[in-house]
Parts: sequence; C-alpha cells; structure tokens
Amino acid sequence: MSEYILEMRNITKEFPGVTALSDVTFQVKKGEIHALVGENGAGKSTLMNVLSGIHPYGSYSGDIIFKGTECRFKNIRDSEAAGIAIIHQELALSPFMTIAENIFLGNERVKNGVINWDETNREAIKLMQRVGLNEKHTAQIKNIGVGKQQLVEIAKALSKNCELLILDEPTAALNDEDSNHLLELLCTLNKEHGLTCIMISHKIHEVIKIANDITVLRDGKTIETLDNTEKVSEGRIIKGMVGRELTDRFPKHTPKIGEIGFEVKSWVAYDPLDEERAIINNVSIHVRKGEIVGLAGLMGAGRTELAMSIFGKAYGKKISGTLIKDGKEITLNNIEQAIENGIAYVTEDRKTAGLVHIQDLKKNITLANLKAITKGFVINEDEELIVGKDYRKRFNIKSSSVFQKVGNLSGGNQQKVVLSKWIFAAPDVLILDEPTRGIDVGAKYEIYKIILELADAGKCIIMISSELPEILGITDRLYIINEGRVVGEMKTSEATQEDIMSTIISSSAG
Amino acid sequence: MNSIKEFMNRNIRQYGMIFALIVIVMFFGIATGGKLIWPRNVSMLVRQNAYVLILAIGMMFCILTGGNIDLSVGSLVALVSAMSGLMATTIGIPSWLAIIFGLVTGLLAGLWQGFWIAYVKVPPFITTLAGMLVFRGVNNIILNGQTLPLSGLYVVIGTGSVPDIAPNTIPDFLRIGDLLQLQNKPEFLNATMFIVGLVLSIIYVLFTIFNRKSKIARGYEVASLKSVVIKVISFFIVINIFSYWLAMDDGLPIMLILVAILFAVYTFIATKTIPGRHIYAMGGNIKAAELSGVNTKKMMFLVYSNMGLLAAVAGIVTAGRLMASSPNVGANFEMDAIGSCFIGGASAYGGVGTIWGAVVGAFIMGVMNNGMSIIGLNVFLQSVVKGMVVLLAVAFDMYSKSKSRLG
Repeated sequence: MSEYILEMRNITKEFPGVTALSDVTFQVKKGEIHALVGENGAGKSTLMNVLSGIHPYGSYSGDIIFKGTECRFKNIRDSEAAGIAIIHQELALSPFMTIAENIFLGNERVKNGVINWDETNREAIKLMQRVGLNEKHTAQIKNIGVGKQQLVEIAKALSKNCELLILDEPTAALNDEDSNHLLELLCTLNKEHGLTCIMISHKIHEVIKIANDITVLRDGKTIETLDNTEKVSEGRIIKGMVGRELTDRFPKHTPKIGEIGFEVKSWVAYDPLDEERAIINNVSIHVRKGEIVGLAGLMGAGRTELAMSIFGKAYGKKISGTLIKDGKEITLNNIEQAIENGIAYVTEDRKTAGLVHIQDLKKNITLANLKAITKGFVINEDEELIVGKDYRKRFNIKSSSVFQKVGNLSGGNQQKVVLSKWIFAAPDVLILDEPTRGIDVGAKYEIYKIILELADAGKCIIMISSELPEILGITDRLYIINEGRVVGEMKTSEATQEDIMSTIISSSAG
Repeated sequence: MNSIKEFMNRNIRQYGMIFALIVIVMFFGIATGGKLIWPRNVSMLVRQNAYVLILAIGMMFCILTGGNIDLSVGSLVALVSAMSGLMATTIGIPSWLAIIFGLVTGLLAGLWQGFWIAYVKVPPFITTLAGMLVFRGVNNIILNGQTLPLSGLYVVIGTGSVPDIAPNTIPDFLRIGDLLQLQNKPEFLNATMFIVGLVLSIIYVLFTIFNRKSKIARGYEVASLKSVVIKVISFFIVINIFSYWLAMDDGLPIMLILVAILFAVYTFIATKTIPGRHIYAMGGNIKAAELSGVNTKKMMFLVYSNMGLLAAVAGIVTAGRLMASSPNVGANFEMDAIGSCFIGGASAYGGVGTIWGAVVGAFIMGVMNNGMSIIGLNVFLQSVVKGMVVLLAVAFDMYSKSKSRLG
C-alpha cells in the first residue's frame, strides 16, 4: 500500500483540435491538502473532471488509482460511490429548496421509499454544525450568502462520506472574511477527520497558507510538485505557472493626463426591488482623459450598481443626477444611447452577461458596434472577418481561429474578447468592472497592458476592482466607495492598502 | 483540403439536413413506385406545402430569440382567411382589397401578441396559447360554422401559374417523360418556367464569380476555389432540374414565386442585417446582448408582429388553395411549422438555426406527408412517424453537440 490515496498516471485527454492534458501525473498523499495551480487553460479543471468521471473512462488515456485500486469511472455517481466528491466553481444548489434539502439532494434519506424528514433534518443539523454553518436548516438557499452556500456544498460532500474532496476555486466569489473561514474549516476537517482535499486556486497566498503540497500545471503538463511544509514563495510558484519569473506584476507606465473628459454629478439611484432605499447616494466623480480612476470598496459597496446605472440606466430605479462628457451634458436613457455617446461598460459577470458563448469570436467582437461594419442595411461580413482577425492578433487571443466559439476559450482569452468588443465600439469612456477576476497572472499582465494602452490613447477609464494591490498598481487616482457613497478620494501614488481599509471602516462606523 | 474540412465542420448540420432530405426523397420515390417524383406531384407538393414554408420562416425567428414558439399561427391562419373571405364574399369588396384586409388583420394580431410578450413580459408560450384559443374562437363566431367559397385572385394565388410565354416551342429534350413512364407525357416544356430557371441559375453563377473577384480585389478573404466551384455547380444543376420538372407540368406556380421572394428577403434579414444579428445574439445570451446595446424588447415585439404577418400570408395562400374559408382550416399548422424548424436544425434554446434550415425542414415534412399519403399509410400512423422524426432530429442534434463540445 503506497502512501498515496490517489495516483493519476500518464493522463492524456484530447478535445477536437486541442490537447487539454498530455501525459499528466498527479499524486495525492492520504490526509493532506494538495493544491493544484496553473494558469487558465492549463488543464486543472479538465484533470479534475477526468478524476470525477465527468469525462468518462475511455475518453482519456492513462490510469487512475484510488485507494490502491484502479478506477474506471463512467460518471459522477461512480466517483462519488468510491468516495470522491467535487465542488465546482459554480455551485450546484437549488435556490428554492432549503439547506437541509440541498445537503441531501440526490442522496435523500429514505425509509421504505419515502423521504424520512426527521432523519434528514437531524443529520443536516449535525453536518451544519460540523462545517460551522450558522443558519436554520429550513432557510432557503437563495436567502443565504455565497459564503454560506459554499459551506452547504461542503456539508453536502461530507454527507456522502467522501474521503477525497475536490474544491475548484472555492474562494473565488468570497470576500476575505468568508474566505478565511472556509480555509480554516478545510484545515479543521483535514486535521480532525483526516479528510484529503484537492484545492484548485488562483489565489496563491491562500495556497501557500494551507496546502501541504502544491502541484503546478502548465499547458496541460505537470511541471512540478512543490513541498510546502517550509512555505515556498509566491514568486517560486508563479515561476512554475508562467515559465518565467514575473518580477513586475504591473507594466511600467507614465500617464499622460489631459483635461476632464467625463463627469458624474450628484448621482442617485434607488434599489429596483425596494424603491425607498437609495443604493447610490449623491455620488460625484470625474475622470480626465488618459487617466485611470479606480473605484475601491468592499463587495456590495455599490460600485457595480453605480457603473450600471450610469451605463444607460441598466440598473436601478428613480435615477437622478447629471452626466457631463467633454463639457456637455448628456442623457443616457438606455444602453443604445450610452454606446452611441461613447460609453462602454465591461461587466464583472463575464460568463453570464459578457459573451454570447455559442457564437464565434468575430461575431462577439462586433456585436456592440455592428453599425461600423454595416453599409446601408447590409452587414459586411468580410470586413467583420478582418476586424476579428485584427483583434485576435492584436490582443494575442489564443484560439484555433476567429471562427471558434467563445464558450470554448479560457477565462483570460474570453476577457480579451469582451475587451475587444468594447474597444471596437470605440468608446471615449470605459468602465471596467473587475476586469481581471478569475484570470491567471500571465493573462492579467496582458489585460493591464491593454488598459494602459487605452489610457494612453486618451480614453477616460474607470476601473472597479476588489483586489487592492491591483487598484494600487494600475490606477492614477482612486475613489473609495462605501454604502453607495464616495467616502474618500486619493492619488494612488500617495495611497496604501491600510489607508483605503481604514477609510472604509471609519466611514461605516460613522 | 483543410479549409474544405473546416467549412464542412462549421456547416455540418445543414449538409446533414440536405442529405436527409435526399434520402427521404429517394426512399419515398422508390416506395411510391416513382409517383412521388412525377412532375404533377412535385408541382402539387410545392403548392400544398407553401403554407408550412411561410410559417416556418416566421417561426424560425421566434425560436431564434430563445427557443420561444408561437402556438397561435394555426388559429391565425383560420382567422385571417375568415376575415378576408367575409370581406370578399359577404361584404363584396374586391379580392385584392380583401386580401390586404386579411394581411392587416394578421399584422394586428401579431402586434397584439408582440405587445404582451415584449412589454408585459407574459411568456410567449402563454400569450400564444391564449391567442390560439381567441383567434380560433373569433374565426368560428365570424363564420358561424359555415364555409365561404372564394374565387378570383385567391384562386390565382392558391393554384395559378404564370402563363406560358412560348407554348409548344421547347420539347422535352431529355425525354424524362418516357423515363418516368408517365401516362400523359408532356410533349413540350413550359417555356416560362424553363427560361426563368435557366436565367436565375446563370445570374447566380455570374453573381458568385463577380462577387468573388471583387472580394479578392478588395483584399478580403474568400473560400477556396474548389469548394466554390462544387457549390456553384451543384446549385446550378439543382435549380435547373427543379425548373425542368415543373416545366413538364403546368409551369411556374405563383405560390413558388411568393415563397421564393419571402425566402430571399428573410434570409437577407437574418444573415445580413443588424436586426438579424441582434436576434441571434439575444438567443445566444440575452443578458450579454442587452449589455451590448441590443433592444431585446423591441426585437421580441418585431419578431412576433412579423409572425402575425406571415401567418396572414399563409392564411391567404391556404384559402386560395382550398378556394374557401372554412372554420376548421389551419388545425395543427403551428406544429408543422415548429417541427420544420427543429428538423431543420434550430436549437431548442435559441440562437442557432437558419431560414434555409427551416425551408429544408419544411420540405422534409412535406415530402413525408405526401409520400405517406401516396403509399396510403394510415393517417394516424403518419402522425406517429412525423412525431418520431422530429424527436430523432433534435436527439441527433443534442448528441452531435455533446460530441463536439470542448471542455
């Protein structure tokens, strides 16, 4: 019996036109937390899908040895029966069902063919205690936060008596507090119950904090497995991920700032569901040409709502205030008008609101500005092809061709397509909402370069980001937003993370 | 070679449909002892199925917006033919005016449904279910159970052909009549049909050549010469065989001109205009489309208004072919149209599908209907077969999608 609970040997998995995994070997020791890191498209999720039977036996080559026996999973049920549970980035919970119902979804406690509610509830309460979930077991999933939903997922996995828990980006959607809680929980489960975990994460500092071993994948190959008992450095891991040392996380840049290009004055917007509650309260901000202005704040501070309410009233009710562009007042009653007036908003929600996944690269790029390639009533598809190829080359979008459907691209490349779309719309003001969320280090750098290029071209750029180092690294000036108000403004060169946090906290208290 | 492969991969579903159509035609051609492809039958097939084609074109747009369907079109066909028939016979206004009246009726019905769907957000399924009941009811109230006989322009549209410009000049030079062992062998071809087919196909070839040349001249990318030549030659042959066939019977049906024009116009809208592109985008991801400046409400409104208008055209055509307005006309027409779209490759979730596919799907439905009738298959069994074909077509789609999906 080896020390490994899981061995994946020489796994190769091919998709039409792409080799996602080539000869990958991955070994996990019993009772450890093993982190799996790599850039987007490196093959982390594919490897886990192979392991959990989503890609069934026969669709890949290589062996999976779990607890000393070779496994040939045909589907997720097989792998669950063997004791492997996977929690995907997109949570698989049913929003209108209760916590208890969700925990036992697909694994119902049954007595004589009838659901045994007493046992369901009793067991659910026990599991909820184990994961530290402080809610009533009858609460509906839609009414609890993402952090707590993540705990429900873990309870669900535990209810299946799993021995190996796979977490795909468990903290991607969580704030710092929830993330810390989750990571502590994983450590506790690991130490006290001997649960083996595989964690996929982009957040390197979290990985270093809790993992015993770290395996790095790059371009579908295993690069190395690092022993983390002595805490390896971030730089060391990043080097493995991108194949080179990233000394600067942000491109060097000298801003060329001009006159004020866009101004928002006394902006007020109300909650669409509760028209008494102001979500944006008397916000006034301005951006100069060539300037990158950051909007810092906690999740739920109202930054996205502010951006969307400006962008043709895409969010909010009873919106009032003044928008001034190039010294002239403009009115934006819908998104069409916003685009016509040279405003672009790049959504934080790339997956569900950024792209038309079933359409190809070029059609996605031209969608927001079809007028530019239309003569009379006719769309010039030849011109569209040229535009598509042009952007694909300019932003180094990795794809088989401009005819590839964007749903098949990796996160970083999808984000480049979204950016291409808005750059093709030729805006003067770009609002970027979490432009690098869920994107790996290498692609982030490229996105930053694009943003800086746009600023140098004289565009006004507003950037929303929840990652303070990013705001500090790339913006020229920043506003701090809290509870729908501007609570501070600073020059980035004079700001520190501590300044920003203390401004937020003191404004909340007051 | 690679580029041809890539092109085929990108269009596999469409070629698959044409292949399926050919197989079905061959099957029924043999099963009916050749009767299916008799010129008289082909000409009848066109007239009989024009309504499905017209409805399928409109329905394709509804489905593209996000897998939405219109259940009311069968009832609307009946209502339009009743309204128009009533004007022409009981009130006694000229046929052309009564036809326009019918089209306006359909458009108003479409605007009505479009309003509820787009601006009140009543789901299309519910709105059109209500429409199906309402329109059928109004139709029955108007006609009061009676059938109104129609004449004049209606009959010309429904059954007429373009007059022969030079009768008895072009002989059946390929001797197809002998080959098919027809009882009433045509000695001469209908010159109008034959010439129209020939001229159109030559225009098509010239247009393709010039278009390609000008694209190269302007530095745009073009498909490989080989694939273009194959495509042009096969189109040329297909158009001419088809026109030869109809020329052996009574020539160019008015209905075919109507359908061809609608096909051309709506294909243009779907593929070459901004509204067309916006409909595809919203079907693919409505949120992303909205945030990219697509006015999804307006699109929904236009699509359902247009469906009303096309249902009215189908209503006039049907009334003309039956030479009457009757209370029960149009039953299950919506199902034929929806079925055609799905057989023709529309995605049940929206965003995928072509007008061309809808037309091929409608032909598959039509040939099956016609072939099974000639064989004398039990009507109920016919229904079973059609149902299974729709199911299997979509199942094939899902299967091929799951095969080609990237991780």
